[in-house]
Amino acid sequence: MRPTDYTLKGALEALAAGETTSVALTEAFLDGIARLNPRLNAYITVTAEKALEAARASDARRAAGQAGPLEGAPLAIKDLFCTAGVQTTAGSRILGGFVPPYESTVTANLLRDGAVFLGKVNLDEFAMGSSNTTSASGPVENPWSRANDPDTRLVPGGSSGGSAAAVAARLALGATATDTGGSIRQPAAFCGIAGIKPTYGRCSRFGIVAFASSLDQAGPVARTVEDCAILLKSMSGFDPRDATSADLPVPDFAAACARPVKGLRIGVPREYRLDGMAPEIEALWQQGLQWLRDQGAETVEISLPHTKYALPTYYIVAPAEASSNLARYDGVRFGLREAAKDSDLRDLYERSRAKGFGAEVRRRIMIGTYVLSAGYYDAYYLKAQKVRALIRRDFEQAWGKVDAIVTPATPSAAFGMDERQDDPVTMYLNDVFTVTANLAGLPGLAVPAGLDAQGLPLGLQVIGKPFDEEACFTVGAAIERAANFTALPGIRA
Amino acid sequence: MSYTIDGTTGPWELVIGLEVHAQVISQSKLFSGAATAFGAEPNSQVSFVDAGFPGMLPVINRECVAQAVRTGLGLNAEINLWSRFDRKNYFYADLPQGYQISQYAHPIVGQGAVEIELADGTKKTIGITRLHLEQDAGKSLHDQHPQKSFIDLNRSGVALMEIVSEPDMRSPEEAGAYLSKLRQILRYLGTCDGNMDEGSMRADVNVSVRKAGEGYRTRCEVKNVNSVKFVMQAVEAEARRQIEVWESGGTVEQETRLFDTQRGITRSMRSKEDAHDYRYFPEPDLPPLVLEQSWVDQLKASLPELPDARRARYVAMGLTPYDAHVLTLEKETAAFFETVAKGRDAKQAANWVTGDFFAALNRLKRDITDPPVTAENLGALLDLIADSTISGKIAKDVFEIMIETGKAPGAIVEERGLKQVTDTGAIEAAVADVLAKNADKVAEYRSGKDKLFGFFVGQTMKAMGGKGNPALVNEVVRKLLG
Repeated sequence: MRPTDYTLKGALEALAAGETTSVALTEAFLDGIARLNPRLNAYITVTAEKALEAARASDARRAAGQAGPLEGAPLAIKDLFCTAGVQTTAGSRILGGFVPPYESTVTANLLRDGAVFLGKVNLDEFAMGSSNTTSASGPVENPWSRANDPDTRLVPGGSSGGSAAAVAARLALGATATDTGGSIRQPAAFCGIAGIKPTYGRCSRFGIVAFASSLDQAGPVARTVEDCAILLKSMSGFDPRDATSADLPVPDFAAACARPVKGLRIGVPREYRLDGMAPEIEALWQQGLQWLRDQGAETVEISLPHTKYALPTYYIVAPAEASSNLARYDGVRFGLREAAKDSDLRDLYERSRAKGFGAEVRRRIMIGTYVLSAGYYDAYYLKAQKVRALIRRDFEQAWGKVDAIVTPATPSAAFGMDERQDDPVTMYLNDVFTVTANLAGLPGLAVPAGLDAQGLPLGLQVIGKPFDEEACFTVGAAIERAANFTALPGIRA
Repeated sequence: MSYTIDGTTGPWELVIGLEVHAQVISQSKLFSGAATAFGAEPNSQVSFVDAGFPGMLPVINRECVAQAVRTGLGLNAEINLWSRFDRKNYFYADLPQGYQISQYAHPIVGQGAVEIELADGTKKTIGITRLHLEQDAGKSLHDQHPQKSFIDLNRSGVALMEIVSEPDMRSPEEAGAYLSKLRQILRYLGTCDGNMDEGSMRADVNVSVRKAGEGYRTRCEVKNVNSVKFVMQAVEAEARRQIEVWESGGTVEQETRLFDTQRGITRSMRSKEDAHDYRYFPEPDLPPLVLEQSWVDQLKASLPELPDARRARYVAMGLTPYDAHVLTLEKETAAFFETVAKGRDAKQAANWVTGDFFAALNRLKRDITDPPVTAENLGALLDLIADSTISGKIAKDVFEIMIETGKAPGAIVEERGLKQVTDTGAIEAAVADVLAKNADKVAEYRSGKDKLFGFFVGQTMKAMGGKGNPALVNEVVRKLLG
């Protein structure tokens, strides 16, 4: 077996059995990155030497009988996580070579458990985007392509496009990602891999460059649902440095993957059946529900009546928080600074921020500033908060009837790099099935479930109750087993 | 008789409200573990949170919350068990995050009251509107380099309490009395050191004027006034300015002003049109601040005695209201007095502290926190008087020697042989000697010149170097003249 074809679980077993070493795995991934990254652009920074050094140390720990749960597993880290001593860009020019002197809690947890970091992977600038085309480091290419149109380069989705593309193309066993409105689940679906956004508060946000604080959550992407479960276990846990992190025990997520779905009640929200939705998305959804019924689950139609307001609500709340979170990038203490005319402070801000932020980030800062302004706050931000509460209540009422909810992950398969770039609202529609979980703080898992007519992967989403990621894993693994998704992208190591 | 300022159109009333920013006494900052000591090297007390680095998050400091609650309790205010932090957004070089975390809509402390006393003894209650917690910004230094401004982030993130009064004050004296009283209460509570010259306490003064019987007219806010004296001056200067504007047919515009302490006038800083739109919204990095009533009750039970209560207790101990007032102004003075008075005559202790001790402080330009004589030693001196080891007169000399040498009074009395003579034989010998040397005066006395009695006592005391026990000397002189 080629080392890059291992699942995370398979690699950990092979390492434990002495069939391979962390150095061998790391070398294989670095070799794949060297060959494929010039085209895919999934990695912004490859830390080859550091990775090999870490792999050697890991092999030594294993030899000494001190193997951690992720001992020796080479992973990719979304370049939104601060990594001590390694440049962190957030996909933006404004951070201008910023090297954090500290480690994010999530990456520190992974290191604690023995993981090896291959490098930092690409993303939409400040995680704002659904196509990974807004990065200052250039767009990422999806390793999949259309069967009848192989020359059209496709987007990997976003914002965690680098994470998803790297994992799909076998350039890492798994990757960290973040999800504010769908940034884990949509790229996972576009790239034919699994990904989970856990409950808000499950993973610490400490050391993750903030986009929208009340929505941001870290989570893993990996090739299987169980691999995601293994990674999430390590990433999770209470952190006293994040006041919004939950002081709750972390369950054995991998064990949940093996549980039967028999007797589970699966909610099917009627509001997610959109006008003009592609027939193959609808067909895939019905297929997924049938697979679950075949395994003994019950499907129940439910109503989430405020769903149609979710996207506009999201595009008020997220930019509002972002406009404030991104105020610290002012050219004064770190990152890019453009010299000011006549030593004028305001001019320093304007020049640094104009040069440092890309168009999409500037657009969202302006939207966010507008919706928080005196005279508009009540009509936009306050109204959005009220609608957000209603969306949360929709779910609370549904949990009385069902144990998990299954929906499509995205309204379409991956699209071409040049498509949908003319109108930001069309781009925003990518998040239509995913934003509700962020607004309500719920866990949402994407699992590959089939291919469209062009041979591109399509995914389903499993939404769970607060802190019931286990239900997502149980249902997601059941879909994964039934789908037997074995298709592979054209570009892979 | 209420305070007014006469203009050309007659008398004007003043309406004054204060927003006081008080730095919380705590080991570390409101949302980070960085230290808060004053006067440290620039940028030596800064965490990545305070510097607004990417991915850094605020975590509330429990002790700062406790200090705010203690202050609220000390101001007889309602404690809000549910409060929330908001972000106040604006750009400035010494505001690293680009926003200040504050409590805009839901403060931790609600309405309260402070009683002030004016020079003529009248008392007045000033309402407290609210108290909220917020973080301080850093400091811009514009005088370090010809072209550049330097930034010191040591203050960035330090916890402040903003204490907002009702517009209940009507004269500069009331404003001054309120600020003094507030400072006194905070210092007693140990929640703010009240050092206005170090910037730990500063006031924004809201002033408007009106004719008797009117509602409120437009107010102006005079920012960052940093002493009680300047607050009183700023109130008067701003009131006079507004009266002039109204009387010359103009309109006072709501604006923010600064007090020029050199020229004694206020100057415009920014008008309402230039006011920032702070785009307040709930701080998403912090969950609402929820307090347990039982925790508030614990804090209440452990509050120290406050100035009004202590003053009343001193009066009950036999002190004059004036002495009780003077001794409770500063809690360090009160503590000093209590040590001196402990187990001793309170009235006598008060006399010594407000008399010789205060005189020494003034003469030596020393502070109560750096006393020339310790409270323990002053107490020991009072003991020596009480047990007749020395006379009150000798005690004054011993006190001066204590200041010079720093020694304990017992040791001084011992070393210098100042112990009072109570040996009747020795006193009789001394008196006999004086009478023998002044036979003429003895004769005059015996022929009815009673006033000479004091002369014999004085001569005896002089001969004994002041050490004779005055009562015994009197007794012996009377006997021998018999």
